[in-house]
Amino acid sequence: MEIIERSAAQIAREVNARSLSARDVTEAVLARIDAVEGEIGSYVSVLHEHARAAAARVDERVDAGESLPLAGVPLAVKDNMCLVGTRTTAGSKMLEHWRAPYTATAVQRLLDAGCVPVGKANMDEFAMGSSCENSALGVTRNPYDLTRVPGGSSGGSAAAVAAFEAAIGMGSDTGGSIREPAAFCNLVGFKPTYGRISRYGLIAFASSLDQIGPLTRTVEDAALAYDVMAGKDPMDATSIDRAVEPTATHLRTDLSGMKVGLVKQFGTSELGGEIDAVYRKAYQDLQALGAELVEVELPTADYGLATYYLIAPAECSSNLARFDGVRYGMRVDGADVHDMYEKTRAAGFGPEVKRRILIGTYALSSGYYDAYYVRAQKARTLIARDFERAFAQCDLIACPAASSPAFQFNAKSDPYSMYLMDYYTIPMSLAGLPALSVPCGWTTPAGADRPMPLGLQLTAPLFKERDVLAAAHAYEQKTQHAAAHKPAIATVGA
Amino acid sequence: MSTNWEAVIGIECHVELRTASKMFCGCANEFGGEPNTKVCPVCLALPGALPVPNSAAIEHMIAAGLAFGAEIPAFSKFDRKNYFYPDMPKDYQISQYDMPLTQGGTVRYWLEDGTMKACRLTRIHLEEDTGKSTHAGSGDGRIAGSTYSLVDFNRAGVPLMECVSEPDIRSADEAVAYLEALRRTLQQLGVSDVKMEEGSLRCDANVSIRPLGATEYGTKTEIKNMNSFRSVHRAITSEIERQIALVEKGERVVQETRGWDEVRGVTHSMRSKEQAHDYRYFPDPDLVPMEIAREIVEKVRASLPELPHARFERYTSQLGLDVKQATQLIDNLPLAQYFDAVVAASNNPKQATNFVLGDLSRLANEHETPVHASPVTPEHLAELIALVEGKTINSKIAKELIERMWRGDGSPKAIVEKEGLAQTSDPAAIERFVDDVLAANEKSVADYRAGKTNVMGFLVGQVMKASKGKADPALVNGVMKRKLEG
Repeated sequence: MEIIERSAAQIAREVNARSLSARDVTEAVLARIDAVEGEIGSYVSVLHEHARAAAARVDERVDAGESLPLAGVPLAVKDNMCLVGTRTTAGSKMLEHWRAPYTATAVQRLLDAGCVPVGKANMDEFAMGSSCENSALGVTRNPYDLTRVPGGSSGGSAAAVAAFEAAIGMGSDTGGSIREPAAFCNLVGFKPTYGRISRYGLIAFASSLDQIGPLTRTVEDAALAYDVMAGKDPMDATSIDRAVEPTATHLRTDLSGMKVGLVKQFGTSELGGEIDAVYRKAYQDLQALGAELVEVELPTADYGLATYYLIAPAECSSNLARFDGVRYGMRVDGADVHDMYEKTRAAGFGPEVKRRILIGTYALSSGYYDAYYVRAQKARTLIARDFERAFAQCDLIACPAASSPAFQFNAKSDPYSMYLMDYYTIPMSLAGLPALSVPCGWTTPAGADRPMPLGLQLTAPLFKERDVLAAAHAYEQKTQHAAAHKPAIATVGA
Repeated sequence: MSTNWEAVIGIECHVELRTASKMFCGCANEFGGEPNTKVCPVCLALPGALPVPNSAAIEHMIAAGLAFGAEIPAFSKFDRKNYFYPDMPKDYQISQYDMPLTQGGTVRYWLEDGTMKACRLTRIHLEEDTGKSTHAGSGDGRIAGSTYSLVDFNRAGVPLMECVSEPDIRSADEAVAYLEALRRTLQQLGVSDVKMEEGSLRCDANVSIRPLGATEYGTKTEIKNMNSFRSVHRAITSEIERQIALVEKGERVVQETRGWDEVRGVTHSMRSKEQAHDYRYFPDPDLVPMEIAREIVEKVRASLPELPHARFERYTSQLGLDVKQATQLIDNLPLAQYFDAVVAASNNPKQATNFVLGDLSRLANEHETPVHASPVTPEHLAELIALVEGKTINSKIAKELIERMWRGDGSPKAIVEKEGLAQTSDPAAIERFVDDVLAANEKSVADYRAGKTNVMGFLVGQVMKASKGKADPALVNGVMKRKLEG
């Protein structure tokens, strides 16, 4: 297998065994990036020199006898995560030329574990979007069909890993921004429990929902990356001070003794015959692995979208206030400071960001706060309670990761149809639960000439990351859906 | 002020807390320094940075709340107060909206005549300070006409306590006395430097007037830009006069913010309150709600020192100090603690007051060394007081001794014993001294007997000199008088 196609686990094993150097891995991946970036556009910045220096350090450490859990693994860092000295744009004109003077905790933990950052990945502006089309800094295409979107907002990280431009992609998930692009790009995408991974250095979208997680080609890789990133960070007051159970060492190959809940409200028949069949088969496969299937109810899940689109914009309207042209980032001069604020923000933010700032400002306004923000918080509590009740009957919940496979560019021109893409992922985000998307089959959309991947979402109670990853591994090993089709780009090694 | 009107005043104070680091990051919390040298990603609000609360600041809040008898609720949280301002890095301030760390309480203070007063507190909450803007290009540092502004974020993120009073204050004198009490208490708790000149204490006053005896409040104005207690007094006095003059002319007070002009001695309209900001407060999702453990509250309570108003009452009603003496001591905590030690060792508050506020304070001024840091220990001073009390030495010797003690000569008792400075009270010896002096000063004796009785002082002085100051002046006087008149 070509170096670039190897999993993170395999690369780390070989680099630690010194049968492969981090330098060789890095050069192979950089060559791959140079070859396919013109078609894919995963990255806002490719870090040639940064990567080579990091690889040299990894080789030195390994030569000195260290064993690193992710030795030499090429890493795509979503461009809303700070990496010292690199441009960190959040996909926005506002930060197009901003260089981070510090490194995010989660990034630092991966670097310390031996990862080599090869690029800063494209994304929907400030992580607001489900297709990556809201990036102000370039187009990212789905490696499985270049006429289609990679999903979002972590679309660059997903495309990079799917196109073998990295082995691990770092994503951030607020309402589905890891799980949906993973489903669109034939990847594993894992959003841990809210607070498991430090948000320090992650440019905030909605603070009470944002969570970092990995996008990988295998469940094992996701588990390895999670194990490295998870754990209390003194720099993030919302990070959870609770022992992290290692997951990579506890992956399973069967689901005996596990109860998997199928959500009554999440029927798949309206998704279309072929897609419905894929999910029905997926549930059967879970049963075949030894799981007992039970029906559970999430009666308030239908309010997820409305709840989310009050809370997330409210928080973002405040979080994004700091982009005012005073200290860093874009500044458009004005007659006075208020004129400068207005002109800077008018020029620096794209339409979706402005829309959400407006919605959020409105929802927090005096006279509307109780009707919108407070009510949304109450709905959020009800949704979390629904999950608690459901998990009294099962260990995991299985459902789709997205409402459709990857769609074509400009297919979702009205915001609401785009928001609906996250229908299945938002409730878990509101409840803070660990949830993962794993490839579960393929469907050929109408008019398409090739099949596109679908994702199965597995959700567990708070802090049960190990159960999610263990079950996803068993399912992945049995079904091997990811391997069924190759990306539609220049053949590896050609 | 016209006797027909009563002023109603409430005071809002911002107090920077004294902590090693800022409220939500590890930067040093220190006044001054080169601009933008005490900053980090958090207090500059760089993308991705997150706040982590400073637990020392929270304990300071609890201490302040307990000192004023406030309630410390079991739960509290931080909220975001959203508005754009160039020296506020996040364009929101982390503050507390509906669940402050302390609720209620009372500031007890006293006026110059010793009257004890009380002003209820609405609440004290915790927030973060902003940076500072400097406006350049206009020549005078004012924003009008300036061509650019510079922002220094050293102060951004410094823990700031906002202390809001109820409108219980009735005069400029009371306002200043209230502020003095607040300052003393916070300083003695060690929670703040409370220096108006460094901006660690800043205050605004809400002022209104109403007919004496009325229960409804009048329309209030908020007075800003007062940068000393003196300007607080002047500004409030001026604003009360302005409001009375307006109302007596048949006009109305407009609810507005007014700035105090120190030079012209008047307040001027800054902005009308009508366009009130909508701060869009909401709970800060970067900070988890706080559960204030009762053990922490009790730990802080147990560590509270004696508070100024309690000390004032002890000094005036138990120890017999006057208001001025008590205030002078309370305003200088190390001196008050020294005084307490002298009282404890001597059991003579009157002499302790005289020495501590008299000779020792004078020496402290001359030598620019605080009394408690001088070589005069409270135990040595108590010895001196005992020597005076027992008439072992007279006041002249006492004065000499205290100078020597200040220079480091140690125990006054030892000095007196070693150098034989004990007062001479032996009548025979004193008679000899007097006879000698009278014999040597025949002219003065003649003058006295001719009616110039003021030579007595000179003659007594000669005796004191001859006795090297050791003669008991009272005895000398008696013997001298008897001999001259007998």
